[in-house]
Amino acid sequence: MMKFDKTIVEYTAKLARMKLSDKETRELALQLADILKYIEKLNQADTSGVEPTSHVLPIKNVFRQDKVKKSLNIADALKNAPEKEGDFFKVPRIIE
Amino acid sequence: MKYYPIIGLEVHLELNTESKVFCGCSTQFGSAPNSQVCPVCLGLPGSLPVLNKTALTYALKVALALNCEIADFTKFDRKNYFYPDLPKSYQISQYDKPLSKAGWLDIETNGALKRIGITRVHQEEDTGKLLHKEGVAMSLVDFNRSGIPLLEIVSEPDMNSAEEAYEYLTRLKAILEYLDVSDCDMEKGSLRCDANISISTDPKKLGTKAEIKNMNSFKAVRSALEHEITRQTGMLSEGSRIIQETRLWDDNKGITLPMRSKEGAHDYRYFPEPDLVPFIFSSEDIKKVADSLPELPTARRKRIIEQYSLSEYDASVLTQDKDMADYFEEAVKLYNKPKSVANWLLSDIAAATSSTVGIKQLNLSVGRLVEMLKMIDSGVISGKIAKDVLAGMIDTGKPAAAIVKEKGLEQISDDKVIENAADNVLRENPKAVEDYRSGKATALTFLVGQLMRHTKGKANPAIANKILIKKLGAS
Repeated sequence: MMKFDKTIVEYTAKLARMKLSDKETRELALQLADILKYIEKLNQADTSGVEPTSHVLPIKNVFRQDKVKKSLNIADALKNAPEKEGDFFKVPRIIE
Repeated sequence: MKYYPIIGLEVHLELNTESKVFCGCSTQFGSAPNSQVCPVCLGLPGSLPVLNKTALTYALKVALALNCEIADFTKFDRKNYFYPDLPKSYQISQYDKPLSKAGWLDIETNGALKRIGITRVHQEEDTGKLLHKEGVAMSLVDFNRSGIPLLEIVSEPDMNSAEEAYEYLTRLKAILEYLDVSDCDMEKGSLRCDANISISTDPKKLGTKAEIKNMNSFKAVRSALEHEITRQTGMLSEGSRIIQETRLWDDNKGITLPMRSKEGAHDYRYFPEPDLVPFIFSSEDIKKVADSLPELPTARRKRIIEQYSLSEYDASVLTQDKDMADYFEEAVKLYNKPKSVANWLLSDIAAATSSTVGIKQLNLSVGRLVEMLKMIDSGVISGKIAKDVLAGMIDTGKPAAAIVKEKGLEQISDDKVIENAADNVLRENPKAVEDYRSGKATALTFLVGQLMRHTKGKANPAIANKILIKKLGAS
């Protein structure tokens, strides 16, 4: 079984862009290890010959026709933006 | 030691549907920023995507044209990563059940046919567009592009030279243009290409690869790969190790540089997109799409060779550009001299086109070209003058007759005028006259040339020839 140590918690937190305190990291390492232990248990069930379930509802092939609908007006689209400039959303620069 | 470059290409293609892939926003290029967005493509809470049927049909068309196996069951997945151009923080893409896989595309380099494998063609959505301003720590985001239907076309690492990669892209683009599913315009970003390249000393093994991005034309892809082959081969022969990394092509400097970015490790944690249902195709569904495919470049080239007795080369160049091939076939309907039409198209007319101005954008309708060709046949203009007339037609959009009249380019077939010119030529060139009479036949070609010069190229060459021979024999 995969050991859920501090390094993995930190890596996962980084992927999720979360900042954790040392205490939270320690707590989560234990909790996540417990969750994985339960998954281990589920893994013991014999699923050979069972198709993986991607969707639970028996619905398939739902389409819309290629028709243009009215978009939001620009002011509404930008309404919740923490920062904007002209008609643009404004964000911290990523590429150095 | 021998080094083998191994290249695989990843092409992203924006489909030219009217509306986006999961919402009804317009896909119009060049609109005001953030004027074509809605809760779905902005990733606002509570919004739900619904697949555009035309986008899926286009995807199937491309997959079938590339000889792929179509999956009977396909689903969408979330590709999770944080980036400011991705409002949901995941891209709807396809992971373990792509709509198609295991296709191929034949290319030809130096006369040899080679089959390049297509790993998969899958459907996804485009991201927004970031604008970076010089010297500012902020970027601007336009989400108009967010949610435009995108296809990812991944090749097998089957190419071994920059030239093969260029040929693959050229063939692929021709097929996509025939299918009419995308603008295929690299400058507008509707077709984008990343390359994976490694160098190995063993042709059966892959070396450590570099991913090359930021190439804005097929020529740039070729140059970037040539540069990368030299760089990696140089490093290996010095005994250095290649690092697996993403590099950006700098077109001005002609080199690749490692990409510097704050982006973390690639760990996309794919999982099934619960907001979209799976798609199951029956063999009838697939057959219906297959039956709707137009004639593709390879088939058309074969037919054109047979139907019009053109050379393999002429037919191949003509059919690489769908508009050019359409133009050719339309012209031949009105003027049944295929070789002549092909010659004009592949020389003077092709030279007037460029990557941005295709034959459709030239001021030259099929009817106008045919008028001009008929003027040559009926002796109104010479074939040589016709080149100037054609250039004038393309420049001004006027018909051939108007250009000929304005510039006074009518062919001179009047014996008297040509005889006068011939007298002058013979008087001015006694040496050539003597040479001819002492049996040097090439002197006649020279004299005909002089006569053409006297008449500014307008003398009917056949009559000029006849008159000169007559006069040379007479005195």
